[in-house]
Amino acid sequence: MSSLLSASSALSEDALRRLKREMWARAVKLGFRSWVGWRRGFTSKADPQRSDRVTAEVIEHLERLALVDFGSQEAVARLEKAIAFADRLRAVDTDGVEPMESVLEDRCLYLRSDNVVEGNCAEELLQNAHRVVEEYFVAPPGNISLPKQDDQEPFSHI
Amino acid sequence: MLGRTLREVSTALKQGHITPTELCQKCLSLIKKTKFLNAYITVSEEVALKQAEESEKRYKKGHSLGDLDGIPVAVKDNFSTSSIETTCASNMLKGYVPPYNATVVQKLLDKGAVLMGKTNLDEFAMGSGSTNGVFGPVKNPWSYSKQHREKRKQKAHGENEDSNWLITGGSSGGSVAAAAAFTCFAALGSDTGGLTRNPAPHCGVVGFKPSYGLVSHHGLIPLVNSMDVPGILTRCVDDAAIVLGMLAGHDPKDSTTIQDPVKPFTLPTSADVNKLCTGIPKEYLAPELSSEVRSFWSKAANLFESEGAKVIEVSLPHASYSVVCYHALCTSEVASNMARFDGLEYGHRCDINVSTEAMYAATRWEGFNDVVRGRILSGNFFLLKENYENYFIKAQKVRQLIANDFVNVFNSEVDVLLTPTTLSEAVPYLEFIKEDNRTRSAQDDIFTQAVNMAGLPAVSVPVALSNQGLPIGLQFIGRAFCDQLLLTIAKWFEKQVQFPVIQLQELMDDCSSDFEIEKLSSVSLKQ
Repeated sequence: MSSLLSASSALSEDALRRLKREMWARAVKLGFRSWVGWRRGFTSKADPQRSDRVTAEVIEHLERLALVDFGSQEAVARLEKAIAFADRLRAVDTDGVEPMESVLEDRCLYLRSDNVVEGNCAEELLQNAHRVVEEYFVAPPGNISLPKQDDQEPFSHI
Repeated sequence: MLGRTLREVSTALKQGHITPTELCQKCLSLIKKTKFLNAYITVSEEVALKQAEESEKRYKKGHSLGDLDGIPVAVKDNFSTSSIETTCASNMLKGYVPPYNATVVQKLLDKGAVLMGKTNLDEFAMGSGSTNGVFGPVKNPWSYSKQHREKRKQKAHGENEDSNWLITGGSSGGSVAAAAAFTCFAALGSDTGGLTRNPAPHCGVVGFKPSYGLVSHHGLIPLVNSMDVPGILTRCVDDAAIVLGMLAGHDPKDSTTIQDPVKPFTLPTSADVNKLCTGIPKEYLAPELSSEVRSFWSKAANLFESEGAKVIEVSLPHASYSVVCYHALCTSEVASNMARFDGLEYGHRCDINVSTEAMYAATRWEGFNDVVRGRILSGNFFLLKENYENYFIKAQKVRQLIANDFVNVFNSEVDVLLTPTTLSEAVPYLEFIKEDNRTRSAQDDIFTQAVNMAGLPAVSVPVALSNQGLPIGLQFIGRAFCDQLLLTIAKWFEKQVQFPVIQLQELMDDCSSDFEIEKLSSVSLKQ
């Protein structure tokens, strides 16, 4: 717990670099080894078969947004196929068609009255969390982005 | 006793031929025997026996809660069940115990149903085979049926019998296998893109998807909120109607449920088929459709015609786009729905503590499988600012067109549509895994998905056995909120086709006394 509380948001440059190194070391321990190697390899190769949709920037952007890694070349290929598949929608003429949000769009949404009828179950809800302190869910420090690809230090031990 | 329908068993309980505890114990024993099917993730033995005891007390006092009192049921493992682990067959939720019951689960329990356990599925219900959950694939009980084995003997010898087992289809494969193998009398599945109606015909059970908005999906761990519907799996249409009667109705916790009053209904034993107009969508005549399914489809159409019904060809012009449309909408909604899994409040959490983002990323890497991650990434791509209009909004517009197609068809004289449910009978697992998840889903959901787009009710009814001794089913699609009419027609059809009971001889040997024919006459069936 003390390590969590001591990492304040105003980190010195040195501390930030150390933190990033620690993150990557941890990530590597988890087996991201091949993934990192693949990512660096990806940007250095120009694959003629790759479409221009899923660029390195897009990959990085999606990984940050989704907080889910591609993890392999296959996953990128799968995304490209998924996009190509979805591209078939272009063939449909949708001029003048309203997007459908819900099949029940012709009905009024049910709104209940704003009365508190349940709750007071903090203990039950906290039971499912791994890290809890009194009635708080404990999270690692925020406002620290995942390191960009460019910021990676050379990993000679990979 | 275990091979009976829900209604028959309910009558037997009321008449005291069997007690809820005996029934529960028989089912538990059969679950143990059929463990190799891998239909159940969690068997809630203690809970079930306790519920059975309480049911027995009620019967003794003459205060039974109705047709479901004391009846063993199973629930797919993406429905929240209080105090019972709910995993969605994913590492992300292993060990997660919800503090509440999904509304449909609560309704079943309020009516006295006995919960046997949580059934297996594809991870987060993403898949059409029930093969990629972390607890392993579900095996189709028909792989071990006498009917299929006899046909297989005529083929190649020397192949290891068990290595060529068949998939159930998905993603509600566990629920379907549980119902098909007699370990429960009704099971809940979830139907987002046909995920209840896909496995149902492969395992010879009835798979019913109610109209969107009729049954609450509060507590069903969401996949695609605008399409998720709890599905009902039973061994006959009548049983599905009984369960629907218990589950339908407005839920204040689910604002997508309609507020119209809903009453349980009893299906008539006959139907005025000669007043009916049945539509056959011509676009559903896919080239990949197996000749056997095509032939049964055609025979079914002829059956309706011979009874005086009008059978006409109709057109759903945008049907061929429903798979693509679903793909775009599903991945987009999934990207949003899966964002809740960050390891903080529930579910798996990794050991990384340097930052929230690193923790989330690693947790999600460890918790989700490739399929789930792939869909999240695709969804996020379609939702990017530069792509939103061209993919997500475009797909929503195409959905409007698909839904309108159905409205147009039902506004003409058509009462019900008759279509295949799947392209063919169940395939062997080894063959199924040759293609990736998205390709398989795109192929297998072709007949079932458009129904979810339009929010219509649909039911898959087992029709007959194929040349390989495997079940084949057909699908009926009805007008929105005309579930009763749909089930009435399905019940009539079921009576005409007389689908055979699965013969699981080796398993049944120890329970052979349950299948004595003389018991049938002593159970009165007043309908």
